[in-house]
Amino acid sequence: MRIGTLKTSYAADEALFDTALQRGLLVALLVAAVVFPFVASPYWLFLACLCAINVASATGLNLLTGYTGLVSLGQAAFMSVGAYTVAVLEIRLGTPFALNLLIGAGLAAAIGILVGIPSLRVKGLYLAIATIAASVILHFLFSHWTLTGEARGLSMPPARLFGIAIDQPFSLYWLIMPVTMLMVLGAANLLRTRIGRAFIAVRDRDISAEVLGIPLLRTKLTSFAISSFYAGLAGGLWAYFFRVVTPESFPLDNSIFYLAAIIVGGMGTILGGILGAVFMTLVPELLKFGANWLTPIYPDALSALAPVRTIVFGALIVGFLIFEPRGLVEIWVRIRRFFHLWPFRT
Amino acid sequence: MDALFLAEVMLAGIGSGALYALTGVAFVLIYKATRVVNLAIGEILMLGGYAFLGFAAGLGLPAIAALVLAVVTGGLLGWLVERSLIRPMLGESPISVFMVTIGLGSILVGLVQLGWGADPLRLPEFMPATPVFIGDAYLAPKVAVGFVAAAVVIAAFLALFRFSRSGVALKATAGDQGAAYSVGIDVPRVFSAAWILACATAAGAGVLVGAIGGISPTMGVFGLSVLVVVIIGGLDSIAGALVGGLLIGLVEALAGAFLGGEYKLVVTFTLLLLLLMVRPYGLFGTHEIERL
Repeated sequence: MRIGTLKTSYAADEALFDTALQRGLLVALLVAAVVFPFVASPYWLFLACLCAINVASATGLNLLTGYTGLVSLGQAAFMSVGAYTVAVLEIRLGTPFALNLLIGAGLAAAIGILVGIPSLRVKGLYLAIATIAASVILHFLFSHWTLTGEARGLSMPPARLFGIAIDQPFSLYWLIMPVTMLMVLGAANLLRTRIGRAFIAVRDRDISAEVLGIPLLRTKLTSFAISSFYAGLAGGLWAYFFRVVTPESFPLDNSIFYLAAIIVGGMGTILGGILGAVFMTLVPELLKFGANWLTPIYPDALSALAPVRTIVFGALIVGFLIFEPRGLVEIWVRIRRFFHLWPFRT
Repeated sequence: MDALFLAEVMLAGIGSGALYALTGVAFVLIYKATRVVNLAIGEILMLGGYAFLGFAAGLGLPAIAALVLAVVTGGLLGWLVERSLIRPMLGESPISVFMVTIGLGSILVGLVQLGWGADPLRLPEFMPATPVFIGDAYLAPKVAVGFVAAAVVIAAFLALFRFSRSGVALKATAGDQGAAYSVGIDVPRVFSAAWILACATAAGAGVLVGAIGGISPTMGVFGLSVLVVVIIGGLDSIAGALVGGLLIGLVEALAGAFLGGEYKLVVTFTLLLLLLMVRPYGLFGTHEIERL
């Protein structure tokens, strides 16, 4: 517990960022986010956009799995709903991109509710399997429906704003990054409302929550809806980012990726979702750097990259669960505590 | 539709269903004893296939020796996994443990790709090639051998649980861990034994599956079908795994023959969703009542 943060007004008590350090870091982050596209190369901008999309989706999954305690292996499938909706709307109707994104996210939320219906009767792993079933069915649907281009998928024109095509990493950054920031901020605020508190109560003990008067089914379905809304929005951004959507764009492995991201980052914390998604997105790139660097010494390094990436991915999940179950967030907290208490130790 | 074709399709379905049942039994064994949902079962099965390939083709051992060694490798892997990954997770939430097995699966896939490459491979032929006829219906000899082997192993398991001391210890541990401890059963050893047995069985099943359809690093998808099997049968029921395995084998074969190969997975998963709505704990699973 920190000393000396006495609150003297309700506004101060309710503030989302309640210490000077947090506010300072936030401002620094915002400045960095604004300056970044002007100094970074297109490759780094590309990575930043990818990270932002993954952060958006992982935050959605965190609301469902980390805060409501419902494991879902369908996050990638919900993303594919958003991505396909956006692609179809953009190709067929050419409606403005903001509307497309919202419709895509809304449709994903509707399907999320549908998938969440078994959640009242089945729990834990049975529910995870039910979400796998849903993603298998969605994958089948997308790869056999003429509207979604069957197995070939869809390629779509870029988003347009006032007649300017948003098709370069630089312009895409200005579309993706603000949307992601708004989504994360929304999630952080949601958890301070009645709905968010209900999520946490359901996670901690669902029967007790029901006894306290929280409608279980409605809370669980709300969680599914919000989580898949996030996934759908992230999927829509993904579609505008890559501009090709195929049934293989969102395999089951991606759902596992998002689950891994929130585990590595720290389940049930907003910061954890962000850290985990960024970390898990950047690790393969780090490995690629490593392989490039090793090539002069060991010529086969690049061909071994794919299996090594799979191994590292699995090892990260296992390692974090065994040695650091609360994820990267806990490491950050530990560092912060060290400096708070210095020169004393906990 | 002529009856002979239908009969052949159903026979093939039951044949592959037996392999589902066998792997399902391995899955249920781990779940019953340790309450761990082992999602890596498909990958352990895959490793069994590759181990067989390594021993039979790589070292040039005879098929039987390679089969035995592959099963032993599976058992060793089970022991290693239980001691190094699962035991530290004792008492953690089931979801964390389940994610550990997902990570394990990913590690195994990567290792196999490092060792043997990503392309599908064929196992050396070691099964009889004389066609089998039941009535007039033709059955591929490999499928027949797979069915018989699976049936024998499952029967052996059932006998083991019913009559042997360690089988009874396992059932006792599944029933009530505390009580099992207090009557002197070495529960951690039961955990190890369950993992060793199950992984050895899965590796053996991997050799059979690989002999029929070839092996590849994506073979772990087989585990997905096994998951459907055990969920339909009930996670903690051996009988459920048998019935579920045969049922899913039949349904997949029929869907593959009449609708097309790409319908297999979607049909089984739709079946699973419908069943979960009606009986959330599977056909034969125990309905756990939650108390506060």
